[in-house]
Amino acid sequence: MIAAAAPIRARRVLPGFTLSLGTTLLYLVLIVLIPIAALILKGAEIGPAAFWAIVSSDRAVAAFRITLTAGAIATAFNAAYGLLMAWVLVRYDFPGKRLLDALMDIPFALPTAVAGLSLTALFSANGWFGSVLDAAGLQVVYTIWGIALAMAFTSIPFVVRTVQPVLEDLDTSLEQAAETLGARPWQIFSRVVFPAILPAWLAGCTTAFARSLGEFGAIVFIAGNLPFETEIAALLAYIRLEEYDYNGAAAIALVLLAFALVLLILSNILQSWAARHREATR
Amino acid sequence: MSITISGMTKRFDRTEVLQGIDLDVADGELVALLGPSGSGKTTLLKIIAGLEWPDSGRLQVAGQDWLQLAARDRRIGFVFQHYALFPHMSVRDNIAFGLEVMPRGQRPSRAQIAAKVDELMAFLQIDQLADRYPAQLSGGQRQRVALGRALAIQPRVLLLDEPFGALDAAIRRDLRRWLRGVHEATGSTTIFVTHDQEEAFELADRVVVMGAGRIEQIGHADDIHDHPASPFVARFMGATVELPVTLAAGRATGPGLDLSALPRRALPDGPARIFARPADIRAVPDPAACWTVSSLGSTGAELHLTATKPDGTEVEVQMPRRGAPALSRGAPVALRIEAAAVFPDSRRDHAAPVLPLRKEIAR
Repeated sequence: MIAAAAPIRARRVLPGFTLSLGTTLLYLVLIVLIPIAALILKGAEIGPAAFWAIVSSDRAVAAFRITLTAGAIATAFNAAYGLLMAWVLVRYDFPGKRLLDALMDIPFALPTAVAGLSLTALFSANGWFGSVLDAAGLQVVYTIWGIALAMAFTSIPFVVRTVQPVLEDLDTSLEQAAETLGARPWQIFSRVVFPAILPAWLAGCTTAFARSLGEFGAIVFIAGNLPFETEIAALLAYIRLEEYDYNGAAAIALVLLAFALVLLILSNILQSWAARHREATR
Repeated sequence: MSITISGMTKRFDRTEVLQGIDLDVADGELVALLGPSGSGKTTLLKIIAGLEWPDSGRLQVAGQDWLQLAARDRRIGFVFQHYALFPHMSVRDNIAFGLEVMPRGQRPSRAQIAAKVDELMAFLQIDQLADRYPAQLSGGQRQRVALGRALAIQPRVLLLDEPFGALDAAIRRDLRRWLRGVHEATGSTTIFVTHDQEEAFELADRVVVMGAGRIEQIGHADDIHDHPASPFVARFMGATVELPVTLAAGRATGPGLDLSALPRRALPDGPARIFARPADIRAVPDPAACWTVSSLGSTGAELHLTATKPDGTEVEVQMPRRGAPALSRGAPVALRIEAAAVFPDSRRDHAAPVLPLRKEIAR
């Protein structure tokens, strides 16, 4: 006779799964989900008609247009420059490479206000760059170009840091194979290398764009903040809040949130698309 | 296309990867470069492909100086060890790649490319895989696609780097026969790199044994097996038992060794070494001999035993169990060596490692 055995329980290697998951979820709810939910609820309280009136007012539309245009300019610039930067950091060896690699994170670490101040100082009419550009008839500070510049500065790491690991993982024998098959350098890049990094690159650009739309600190110094001219959406929300117009602030913030969510979802779709033909090839 | 390589050297930092390679490959020949890892065989293959460049030497293909040509202008088919299939392209697009990237003037029409790819896929028996992606294929299927992609441009020379290295043993044997068939059907000059002797000997017309950046021997299976040209080849071919002997009038003698089965050789008198395979050694009970049996085991068909001398020398012996004399642990035995290679001692061989070279284990 065999005595009734105790039920077998699989033991986890790491203890405290319940505790650690619980803590994580609690943190996520307190710091991320509740504020977003509060914002959405606040927006819902306004009512659709009032919401639409706020969001479609001339000043708000102008602010959205300026934010999106500057964000698009900054993202286009970062898309090209970030790709080049990632390429250089992965493919070439040169003295100071590690330093350059580390410098790439400065926009993440630097207070955005500091970035805004130094950019303003450099590009103002009597600054180093500004005096040269001013002589050429180009004004950066207090124009949409200044906004785009500040956005580009703060969002460049997103492109570099998304493309870099994918480029590092890219098997160089793929390029060698293409070369033995008679492909010219630009054919190797356009047909073999670029398709491999395209999803990561697009995802990086999307995140950079999302970051640009939400940038505030760096921009307020350089933009001049003239309504209808150089006033960004985040600043308009801030101004409404200062005026105790909570509804106005919440409605504009909600639109920004919607942009960010759409871009985030897009970025995730691109990331999973990137993983589709991964694994296996080596 | 015939290939002539002469005086080729190559170093990476301080390592001399190739130390003066001379090799001729005839038009339509199938040649294996065989050697352990680090012998320079893959480097040599990549130099022929134009993916590496030598420091000195010449590379002539059908009379043309290939060191003046970029890889893309050599029209070679190169099959990579891990296939290097383009992951974002279907099998069909992978095979068509070499045709698609041709300059506009030479490029076949879309319909011609499609027809050519279909024909190749049928020839390689992969037509049912046309729309799959590399990640959805098994190792053997990827190998076939990689070969199809290389063959599509009608290469003048076909180069394969460890073509079966990443496959299971059963698939390897199949693909080997199949590759031989492909070679015969296309008639292209083919060179492949391998560390697997069986693969090299079964597949190739001629085998080039490489060790430490030099060509040690070129020949056929029986030649290389029975008459290794150097201690390196002997060890690489499995003659792991290495014993000091004395040569006199072409005959070798050694303490406790019966070497009468070895033919007389035209070698100078003096100290020498013999290299024998454990399976070519027989242990014979002899109360006067200096060897003793220190371990004894059986696989049923074969006896595996280790004979030891008082100075610590150990010799592995594998002999058929049927007909073997009764042996026990501690019994004194003489070693009768049925076949062995003999090399007179010289400075270079002394410097060579005494430990037997293990066969590289396939990853």
